[in-house]
Amino acid sequence: MALLGLLEREPSHGYDLKRNYDTYFGRAKPLPFGQVYATLARLVRDGKVVPGEVEPGAGPERKRYTITGFGKSEVEAWLAEPIEPEPHLQTVLLVKVVLALMLGRSAERYLDTQRGAHLQRMRELTEIKRTSSIVDALLADHALFHLEADLRWIDMTSARVNALREVVRS
Amino acid sequence: MSAAHLPASAGPDDCIVEARDVHLSFGATPALRGAALAVASGEILAVMGPSGSGKSTLLHCLAGILRPDRGEIRFEGRRVDTLGEEERSTLRRDHFGFVFQFGQLVPELTAQENVALPLLLGGARRAQALDEARAWFERLGLDGLEQRRSGELSGGQAQRVALARGMVARPEVLFADEPTGSLDSLSGEYVMELLVAAARQQGNKVVLVTHEPRVAAYADREVIVRDGKVTSLSPDGVVS
Repeated sequence: MALLGLLEREPSHGYDLKRNYDTYFGRAKPLPFGQVYATLARLVRDGKVVPGEVEPGAGPERKRYTITGFGKSEVEAWLAEPIEPEPHLQTVLLVKVVLALMLGRSAERYLDTQRGAHLQRMRELTEIKRTSSIVDALLADHALFHLEADLRWIDMTSARVNALREVVRS
Repeated sequence: MSAAHLPASAGPDDCIVEARDVHLSFGATPALRGAALAVASGEILAVMGPSGSGKSTLLHCLAGILRPDRGEIRFEGRRVDTLGEEERSTLRRDHFGFVFQFGQLVPELTAQENVALPLLLGGARRAQALDEARAWFERLGLDGLEQRRSGELSGGQAQRVALARGMVARPEVLFADEPTGSLDSLSGEYVMELLVAAARQQGNKVVLVTHEPRVAAYADREVIVRDGKVTSLSPDGVVS
C-alpha cells in the first residue's frame, strides 16, 4: 500500500519507487528490488496500476507506472481507516501520516481518527480490567500501557505535523 | 448559528450541562475560542487536551466558576452565564460537586468534617451531616481515618476524602479536574474505580478533565480541547 501511495504522488519507475520507499519508510530495512517489481506486477494484475510503454535507455526495466482511479480509491480508503489498535504499530502509523501529508490530505484528521480508535480500545480494556480476574486484568494493563505509549506518540506527531509536512512536501 | 457552534454531542432535550460558542480571554490571551460541548444525562465525559489547551478553563465555565466573555452556559436548559456571583455560588452548592488535583481539603478541619462540609453549607444539622459523611469512609476504604487532618493523610487517602466531599451531597454533576494528577498509577486507579462506581450508583453526571488516556478510558466518551476549541472523537470518524 505504501508503494501504491507513492505512485499516487507521481507516476514512477521501479527504481524511483524503491529510492522513495527507502527514504521515508525503509530506513532500517531497505526494500529489495525484487519485491518492488513483484509488488508492481501484482498491482498491475489487480488493476490498481498501469505500466507505460518501455522507454529507451539502459537498465533492465524502463517502464513508468501510473496509478489508476481504482488504485487511488484504494489509497483513499486505506488512509481513512484506522489500523487495528495493537502494540508496535508506530511504523504503520508513520507511513499513514507521511503519505497523507505527501498527498495533501489531512494527517491531523487521520491522527484524530486513530486517537479515537485507541481510546475506544482502552475503554474496552479498562472494562475488562474492572470485571475480570487478576491475570486478565494484568494482560489488559499490558495492552493499555502500550496503547498509551502509542497515544503519546500520536500527540507528539500532532504537535509536529507542520514541520513534517514541510519535509515531505519539499 | 453555524454547525461549528453546535454542541459536539447530545440533543437539547437530554443534555444536562451545555456550552455554546464560549469565548474567554485572560487579558490578551484567549483561553477558549468558540468552545461547544454538551454533557448528556447519566454520562461520564472525559475532557482531554494538552497543557494550556483550555480544558480546565472550560470546566470552570461549565461549573459556573468563571463567566465567559461571550457564548452561553446552560444547566438543565437554564442560562448560567447570565447569573450573578451569588446565584452561581448557590447553584454550585446545590447541584455541583468538585474534586481537584490536590484535594484542597480544609487543613483546620478533620477528614470527616471536610466530607460533611457541603451538607453543612446546604443547611443540614451538624450531627446528621457528620453521620452521612461517616458512611463514605467505609464506602471508600477510609475506615479509621475520620479524625485525621489533611496533613496526616497520604495523597491517595486525601484524594479519596476529597472524592467523598465532592459526592456526599449527591450532586447532579461532579466536576473532576485531574483527580488523579498527583497520585501514583495504582492509587490513581483506585480513586477512578471508586469515582466511577459511586457516580454510576448515584446517577451523577461527571465531567472529568484529564490529560491521561488511562484515566479518560474510565469515561463513556471523550472530547479533546485544542486551542480553546472542542473536538469530539468517535471510533468511526471524527465529529467536530
